[in-house]
Amino acid sequence: MADDNDKRTLSYREAAGEGLREALNRDERVFLMGEDVGRYGGCFAVSKGLLAEFGPERIRDTPLSESGFVGIGIGAAVGGMRPIVEIMTVNFSLLALDQIVNHAATLLHMSGGQFNVPVVIRMSTGAGNQLAAQHSHRLEGWYAHIPGIKILAPATLEDVHGMLQPALEDPDPVLIFEHSVLYNLQQEVPAEFSAVDISTARIHRVGSDVTLITYGASLYKCLDAAATLTEQGIEAEVIDLRVLRPLDETTFLNSVRKTRRALIVDEGWRSGSLSAEISARIMEQAFYDLDAPVERLCSAEVPMPYAQHMEQAALPQPEAIVAMIKRMVAGGDGVDHE
Amino acid sequence: MEKTSPKLTELFDRDTAVERLRQMTLLRRFEEKSAELYSATKIRGFLHLYVGQEAVATGIIPYLNPDDGVVATYREHCHALLKGVSAASIMAEMYGKQEGCSRGRGGSMHLFDAASRFYGGWAIVGGGMPLAAGLALADKMQHTGRINCVFFGEGAMAEGEFHEAMNLASLWQLPVLFVCENNLYAMGTRLDLSEAQTDLSQKAASYNVASRAVDGMDLLQVTEAARQAISHVRSGQGPYFLECRTYRFRAHSMFDAELYREKAEVEQWKQRDPLLSYGQLLQKLGCLDDAALEQLEADVAHEVDEAVRYAEAGSWEAVEDLSRFVYSET
Repeated sequence: MADDNDKRTLSYREAAGEGLREALNRDERVFLMGEDVGRYGGCFAVSKGLLAEFGPERIRDTPLSESGFVGIGIGAAVGGMRPIVEIMTVNFSLLALDQIVNHAATLLHMSGGQFNVPVVIRMSTGAGNQLAAQHSHRLEGWYAHIPGIKILAPATLEDVHGMLQPALEDPDPVLIFEHSVLYNLQQEVPAEFSAVDISTARIHRVGSDVTLITYGASLYKCLDAAATLTEQGIEAEVIDLRVLRPLDETTFLNSVRKTRRALIVDEGWRSGSLSAEISARIMEQAFYDLDAPVERLCSAEVPMPYAQHMEQAALPQPEAIVAMIKRMVAGGDGVDHE
Repeated sequence: MEKTSPKLTELFDRDTAVERLRQMTLLRRFEEKSAELYSATKIRGFLHLYVGQEAVATGIIPYLNPDDGVVATYREHCHALLKGVSAASIMAEMYGKQEGCSRGRGGSMHLFDAASRFYGGWAIVGGGMPLAAGLALADKMQHTGRINCVFFGEGAMAEGEFHEAMNLASLWQLPVLFVCENNLYAMGTRLDLSEAQTDLSQKAASYNVASRAVDGMDLLQVTEAARQAISHVRSGQGPYFLECRTYRFRAHSMFDAELYREKAEVEQWKQRDPLLSYGQLLQKLGCLDDAALEQLEADVAHEVDEAVRYAEAGSWEAVEDLSRFVYSET
């Protein structure tokens, strides 16, 4: 077991940067490409220092041409390189949607298995920084709709560091969504990170009364809520999905069969969403194990407002999680009669 | 655009000259057969024919090395044939058979062949250009000496991906040959109704890319320009933009009533049929006599018949395999 002296405190940003540095050192086919990844040091300072260390061939600043440089990443991957394409934010990834959805996700299939696309595309996602409607999208669940790509949502330092390597080793396109409010998150980590997988969900907290299914920055809201609930005698199991496509349904179905209740907390919108998909799978496969209807807590269906109180009101909050769970555990007809 | 053609004897020896005629004849007969099979409902989906434009691909692809990459559009049967994808595997693909070059998963618009480095077969206009630039970046970073050639229509030049790929290819001096097959119509919209600047090479110039415009109905002009363009790209001088002015004789796809152009215009362009005019030139120069031409046609007809036979004899992929090739099988 590691001694406390082997531990150190890092930020999510630094953990992500360390993952990049290690990947660049490990394999000379790996290069990083994106807007302001080099001289600027990365919009979120994740790639700070890498240009000096690896040079402009491998740390490539690009023009503001999301479709162009994502497509070049796809082509370079097919051509034998292992590109990491950074899109500044998920909002701008919409300009590259054609390359991601029409090209990267289809090539293996359209070519009858001849051309796989080992590209990794990283981008920030999420609301909470008062950046208003065009800089606050949470569309990772939307990307998870697409067959042919894999979707990762690292919520911890261990994952934002460790998911990069298996993503690069994966023969198919992998999109990594880093929640922007997490970049300043500090956690104690071991001196050496251990390897992680990109196929399973993780149970962060064991509980017996209800299962909280979440991912990304909402993980911490769920853990906060669980801490409050335990004082009131309710033990919530908290599952971090980590991988949004393909979904590890075994982990959340087993948990729900044990706790008999499920609340999905997703910063995405509710309609036609990943939370709807998870709810449906529970209904399809664990309906008779449920003691209460599956519930969801998602963002309000509005473009994200700027004013802080309005933005926070639009997002899932620990208080709302606590209230919903208390009601679910209390049982009854699911209608709040208070 | 250049007005004069180079002399045939400056470009080809006799065998090469005849080989180019054989290639163009194969492209034409293969597609005529495809149209027939479409009407017979053997081929379904969309079918976009290249008839009339054969001199463009025939003037360029034979001058690429076997390991150079080619990226094309949904009107790509002929590019695939010239790059070395067999007529049989293309026909089987259009039949939807698993012996097809894309196992029947792609169809007419999505021909792929790793062995001949034929990278599609892309049906989102403009979408193949960043891919070609990416292949070129990989080649440049790995010092392979390979180049990549991407074909697209003039309609694609209105897409952002053309401008983004062109700028990046020039900025990073990538080994890409951009070939614009300007057939004057983006589906049914005439060039001057879709582009404010119809002199397309000026767009290349604005990205600091060397360019040239040639008569795409003239195999000799295309050949001479292609050799120069390929040599430019291979020598590490960055990308090159070659505009070939050509014309599509047939409808955009099989669902096109051609309301947007006059029959007389089509007939006028057919006077400049690249296959007929090149064949006549060869006969005039004494490169082949009637008997040799007859033999050439017979050989091509045999190849096309064999392709159809192969496609007919092909098998359907098992439905149980439906979910294969979404992710790699590792």
